[in-house]
Amino acid sequence: MLHTVNKSPHDSSSLRTCLSLAKPGSDLLLIEDGVYGALSGSIHSDTIAERLNSVTIYALGPDLKARGISEDRLISGIKVTGYDGFVELASGNDKVQSWL
Amino acid sequence: MKFSVMVNEGPYTHQAADTAYHFIDAALRAGHEVFRVFFYHDGVNNGTRMTTPPQDDRNIVNRWSALAVEYDLDLVLCVAAAQRRGILDADEAKRNGKDGDNIAPGFRISGLGQLIEAGIQSDRVVVFGG
Repeated sequence: MLHTVNKSPHDSSSLRTCLSLAKPGSDLLLIEDGVYGALSGSIHSDTIAERLNSVTIYALGPDLKARGISEDRLISGIKVTGYDGFVELASGNDKVQSWL
Repeated sequence: MKFSVMVNEGPYTHQAADTAYHFIDAALRAGHEVFRVFFYHDGVNNGTRMTTPPQDDRNIVNRWSALAVEYDLDLVLCVAAAQRRGILDADEAKRNGKDGDNIAPGFRISGLGQLIEAGIQSDRVVVFGG
């Protein structure tokens, strides 16, 4: 399953809830303000990094760029993709769950 | 693959109308089919042709209409959400005794059954906004 999260972990608990429920092997794409969850060095970074061994986490590149976040500031292991990659993730997984 | 998309947020609100548009555009360019885009809650505000953003800003409504023409998209506004927010086509304006309509080209007004059908007919439903 593909999970998408569009809220910052500093604003909403949706990323934390998603990570606590996502099954191993799931994909998670951070979009919109959700990309703040990909930042290293925040109070949420460790929780997110801990799930990287079982959940593949992506951040939407255009949304990182719009917020001035360069890729060297991301938690190691988080992948960056674009809208084409978003479509591939949505078609490659059997379901898409949007955490709003 | 057949996608349907649900948009629950108005234009120029946060980002969902833009994300949905770019996702759909990327899916269509990749050769996928988009069966329907269903606009619900404040998302129905994506379908008023009275929108007049500054000229140097993106025109989100016109952009939907242009995409609908290019790919023969089915853009559906929820009727109950639209009525609450003053989005009307000619039939709804007449039925409700209003003095004009404001629906944008390429959009139509229908009911929630269209969302259910989109879920049945499509391989994936992707939700934006909220």
